[in-house]
Amino acid sequence: MANPKTPDWESLAKLPAFHELLAAKRRFIVPATVFFLLYYMALPVLIGYFPELMKKPFIGKVNGAYAFAFSQFLMTFILAWFYMRTAKKWDAMEHALLASIESKNS
Amino acid sequence: MLSAIQFTPALGMFLAFVALTLVITYFSARKATGSASYFAAGRSIKGWQNGLAVAGDYMSAASFLGISGMIAFKGYDGFMYSVGFLVAYLTVLLLVAEPLRNAGKYTMADLLAYRMSPRPVRAMASLSTLMVSIIYMIAQMVGAGGIIKELIHVEFAPAVIGVGALMLVYVVFGGMLATTWVQIIKAVLLMGGAFALSWLVLGKHDYSMTKFFTAVAHADYAGTMPEKNLLDPGMKFGQAVNPWGPLDFVSLALGLVLGTAGLPHILVRFYTVPDAKTARVSVAWAIGVIGVFYILTTFFGFGAATVLPIESILTPQGKENTNMVAPILAKALGGEFFFAFISAVAFATILAVVAGLTMSASTSFAHDFYSNVVHHGKENRPGQEIRVARLTAFVVGAVSIAIAIYMGPTANAAFLVGLAFAVAASANLPVILFSIFWKRFNTAGAVSGLATGLGSAVILIVLSPNGIFGKDGAIFPLENPGIVSIPLGFLGAWLGTILTKHDPDSEAKFAELNFRAQTGLGSEKAGSGH
Repeated sequence: MANPKTPDWESLAKLPAFHELLAAKRRFIVPATVFFLLYYMALPVLIGYFPELMKKPFIGKVNGAYAFAFSQFLMTFILAWFYMRTAKKWDAMEHALLASIESKNS
Repeated sequence: MLSAIQFTPALGMFLAFVALTLVITYFSARKATGSASYFAAGRSIKGWQNGLAVAGDYMSAASFLGISGMIAFKGYDGFMYSVGFLVAYLTVLLLVAEPLRNAGKYTMADLLAYRMSPRPVRAMASLSTLMVSIIYMIAQMVGAGGIIKELIHVEFAPAVIGVGALMLVYVVFGGMLATTWVQIIKAVLLMGGAFALSWLVLGKHDYSMTKFFTAVAHADYAGTMPEKNLLDPGMKFGQAVNPWGPLDFVSLALGLVLGTAGLPHILVRFYTVPDAKTARVSVAWAIGVIGVFYILTTFFGFGAATVLPIESILTPQGKENTNMVAPILAKALGGEFFFAFISAVAFATILAVVAGLTMSASTSFAHDFYSNVVHHGKENRPGQEIRVARLTAFVVGAVSIAIAIYMGPTANAAFLVGLAFAVAASANLPVILFSIFWKRFNTAGAVSGLATGLGSAVILIVLSPNGIFGKDGAIFPLENPGIVSIPLGFLGAWLGTILTKHDPDSEAKFAELNFRAQTGLGSEKAGSGH
């Protein structure tokens, strides 16, 4: 359960490597979150307030409304894939950070 | 009563599923010893397994029965549920899953209580968990009632009681491991059913996407109704239908995208895996499975309106039989046997979700309220927490059964679940995010955020057109409270914090929480913790 020796969290949280990890995560997560929320909320706003625009044909009988909704699925898949790929870099940083703490303790 | 039950292929298939899952429950019950294994499946579930289980936990009666009915009757506006239910997983993946896994133990409140004064925070979080779970569960019970009525021709009330009793068996005896396996099997079955149903619909249009979309754009319910273009938005939320419609649509969408990351029964799934990385992998799996499923709702939702005569999907009273469109479609296209399969799948779907919900609600009550609030975090006797959880499962089940019977079978399951999402987004998400990311956040803020979000969402639902005053007397004009109650939840959490004194303990522990949540150092390990 609990670690045998309680780490000194205050000084761990001050480690430069930890701040680099946080900054790296922030660089991806903040813009990605802003992007997907805006892209997603654009759908109900456009549908709700500009229905005539969204009823215009896009490809054949498929209108702008369905096409934009479908693009949300693709957006989700692509963004999730990017996240998974980027997160591997954080894993490496995290690994190095934890290893350096481990070696200092022993 | 019992003599009225006819033995149909559907019933046989359903019983086969029940038998199979009971066997699993029996074996996992023998393996489950101690709290970590009962509540968190020993943290030994693999990434892809948990991904399927998340999908199984998530794709409920609302997704399969509710969305298909909503799209078949209201066209495009119902498809918003499909989009929102999926995009919501980006919120889970980017913001919540990994820190939660690293910082928590059994419940959502573990994260919230980490650096706060635990008793008030756990008490509120437990209340909010119970509330969300019960609303969510009512939707499942309502869907189940419809299905079992069709399946074995019994009345709504005994049908609901039967489902309730069955799901309690899984939870009470099997715990999280049995629930996980029930969900995995169900996810596989549901995907199979969704593909088969979509393929049959597409076959009606010569397997041509062009012909399919042309038919949807001229949907006439097999010639029984004037043509309408179901791809056009606005049949439910359009300005012409209801002047508040567009805002209600935005409100619905907001609740959906932020709700999933506050659903207690989804969040606890991330405790069943060994570490944060596996939690991440399981979200990716879930996104893949769930995304494909919701794309398929195009076929069995819109498609239903191209092949089914309108009278086949209305109740004898002429009301929209909104939760039964998918099974009726299966009967029309694939005959009795396929109907049997789809019904069994729908039933399995409901059972699995209800099991997951009961599990998370009872875990929260036992772990958060009983152990930590009443007994100050100590178990008096080993195993007591599990006994309380089992007892809670009975109570929660009974309450939702009673409310579901009271509401009756005509409420749309997707709509009801949408409300649960709005409550989760308003009450839970603000405090989860502030706990992880905001150093200044304190106990007063957490309690006031939970209370404001939960209270405002529930009150607005009660005052809405579906509430106690009906459509004409409604005080709040929107069916979906999210656009008001979600900002209020954030505001409550923020104001509660800045209006009260700095909490040095909470701020000091933020370093610990932050480091642990972001790196996994000191997090609960697989197979540990009794």
